[in-house]
Amino acid sequence: MSGMQVQEKKTVTLGSLWRDKKSRGVIMQIIAVIGIMLFLGNIFSNTVENLDRLGVKVGFDFLTEPANYDINQTLIEYDSSDSHFRAGLVGLLNTLLVAGCGIIVATFLGFTAGVLRLSNNFVLSRLMQVYVEITRNVPVLLQILLWHGIIIHSLPVPKKAEAIMDVVFATNRGVFLPQPIPQEGFGWVWIALLIAIVFAVLFKRYANKVQEQTGKLIPAVWIGAAAVIGLPTIVFLLAGAPIEMSYPALKGFNFKGGFVIKPEFMALWFALSLYTGAFIAEIVRAGIQSVNHGQTEAAHALGIRPNFTMRLVVIPQALRVIIPPLISQYLNLTKNSSLAIAIGYMDLVATIGGISLNQTGRALERMAIVLGVYLFISLFISALMNIYNKRVALVSR
Amino acid sequence: MSTETKKYELGMHPAMPPPANSVGPVRWMRDNLFSSVSNTFLTLLGLYLVYMILPPFIEWAFIDSVVFGAESRKECLAIMGEDRGACWSFVYRRWGQFVYGFYPMEERWRVNVAFILTAITVAVVLIERLRANKNILIGAVMLPVACYFLIVGGSFGLVDVPTNKMGGILLTLIVGLTGIFVSLPISIMLALSRISKLPIFSIIATIFIEFIRGVPLITLLFIASTLLSYFLPPGSNFDLLLRVLIMVTIFSAAYIAEVIRGGLAAIPTGQYEAADALGLSYWQSMRLIILPQALKISIPGIVGSFIGLFKDTTLVVIIGLLDPLGIGMAAISTTAWAGLSTELYVFIGLFFFIFCFSMSRYSMHLEKKLHTGHNN
Repeated sequence: MSGMQVQEKKTVTLGSLWRDKKSRGVIMQIIAVIGIMLFLGNIFSNTVENLDRLGVKVGFDFLTEPANYDINQTLIEYDSSDSHFRAGLVGLLNTLLVAGCGIIVATFLGFTAGVLRLSNNFVLSRLMQVYVEITRNVPVLLQILLWHGIIIHSLPVPKKAEAIMDVVFATNRGVFLPQPIPQEGFGWVWIALLIAIVFAVLFKRYANKVQEQTGKLIPAVWIGAAAVIGLPTIVFLLAGAPIEMSYPALKGFNFKGGFVIKPEFMALWFALSLYTGAFIAEIVRAGIQSVNHGQTEAAHALGIRPNFTMRLVVIPQALRVIIPPLISQYLNLTKNSSLAIAIGYMDLVATIGGISLNQTGRALERMAIVLGVYLFISLFISALMNIYNKRVALVSR
Repeated sequence: MSTETKKYELGMHPAMPPPANSVGPVRWMRDNLFSSVSNTFLTLLGLYLVYMILPPFIEWAFIDSVVFGAESRKECLAIMGEDRGACWSFVYRRWGQFVYGFYPMEERWRVNVAFILTAITVAVVLIERLRANKNILIGAVMLPVACYFLIVGGSFGLVDVPTNKMGGILLTLIVGLTGIFVSLPISIMLALSRISKLPIFSIIATIFIEFIRGVPLITLLFIASTLLSYFLPPGSNFDLLLRVLIMVTIFSAAYIAEVIRGGLAAIPTGQYEAADALGLSYWQSMRLIILPQALKISIPGIVGSFIGLFKDTTLVVIIGLLDPLGIGMAAISTTAWAGLSTELYVFIGLFFFIFCFSMSRYSMHLEKKLHTGHNN
């Protein structure tokens, strides 16, 4: 708060400008801008000079050239004659896949462990504490390597594969599962599923409305679940079960056919889920503890049963505290998935940033792409979180 | 047991002991372990899990394990015979490397002295009674400077030791401690300029912080190892460890800046206004009123960031520095010790666990103390 300043006509000197709070601020900002410009300009000219001296061309045209390396796990069609761009896309999808799977399991683990840590079952709460403390305090890179080692060493070679029901094979080259391949007519099942989901959502809304107006409870969740499972099943059977299973079978030294989960993926997935799950557990615990105990007591006084108290009173209030740090844990998990490079899982950094790097140089452009993609993901999610925070803040106060 | 009935004034009867089954371990077990069918089931499941994991692990890690007297994994296995336990011999054999990296044997006393000096600094910073004395505190904070001269050498008649000889726990501590101490002042500046009313400063700080926090550390380390030389004047090429230290410092500065920003936001506006009312300049009010309070409440968060940074130092192994993990990986890639990866990861994990767990306990202790101090 700068005090009242009577604007008078006076001679402006450098000293008076410096003594005035406002103009000093402007001067300092100008100096800062000039300083940053000089700094960036210096880096830029250095880079240009260095690249010139080394005879390195700068440009993104390499993206269309063939990548010439293999990727062991691809979600989309890819072979080594495809372009660098496509290789990068495969890597990005792999990053998103392991991040998505990790987030789901970590959330589940974290909420379970967080709630159980608060339970008055001594054995369980202690067990969860041990889990949280051990995984939280050991570097995640180490955990990834440990899981990778365990999976590689404890599972047998394909020749001696551990078969479960003769269709699932656990080997050190991955877990082979039968893969359902949709045949003609399977599209109807997707449509049925979509309809069922829309119905379930609308029905839940209707049930809420009825409950608000009349107090009648309709088991909307159960009916919705029955619809989501039942309708596609009926359509599936009516369409004549249009699906064919591709079973894995031992051919030579490895299994062919079916669907394979690679050990690298599994190791990364387990380690990231367990690691992030421990952090989420602490967040959930803090969130639940942040809800005033009076709320629980008030709910009990109103005659609300314990599990409804948890669901309708405590958790909605706890979520306000839980969700912002939860999202930042999701971001951490996504960023930590870049450690994939240590075990050879081909993620974004390994494709565009790492392996290709050794091939053709282009370090600057590659790093720029990798940084840009991660930044985009981070900023996108924090933007979503800001929207959520604003909404919650409006509803609550 | 006396059967005679005593007369008591109304309401003066001493409390009777509670029924036997509602106190003591029986009651406790009924309440906490077997209160319902599902609870009983979960308790038994938990106990079964402990039974499945703990005894085999103890057997593997301690009872059946071999530490001394083996020169290779084969000898380990020979000593163990039927019971396959852990083979810790490579840790014992390469203990020197795990601690000092490839620091020259005859110069290791310098590292030991530096360890002791660092321990003194840490003790002074952590123990309140010592910290309270300004002279002791300033003296202790100067010790790391002495550590620098000791470890790097090249002056005071000490032999110069190139940084690529530094490894193991020494390297972890160099990266971790330098990262935290150098980044602290930078992060204070970043936090202040992010909440500054001057838009340019706030924008610059925001862009910087969000950029660093938005990308994985490993990409920054890759930049340090491959790209940083492009950005510097042609011909200048400086040490990889130094480049890594710069990146790690920048990285942790961005994270700690956010912690400090949280601390600054928690200071009531009245404090800012009071400082203004006293006629203090911006820097005076920050130095004397705002920052002491904001930093105090940020300490648990800063310790948390430090734990994160400390764990993240393991990433340097990916760009080829030899921290304990790197030393161990080099060890198990020799023919003598091949196949001992589990032992290695458990050992390194234990090392980090001891450090990080004790730090997080300390931070919790601080949090409790600060909480009572700030009882509104």
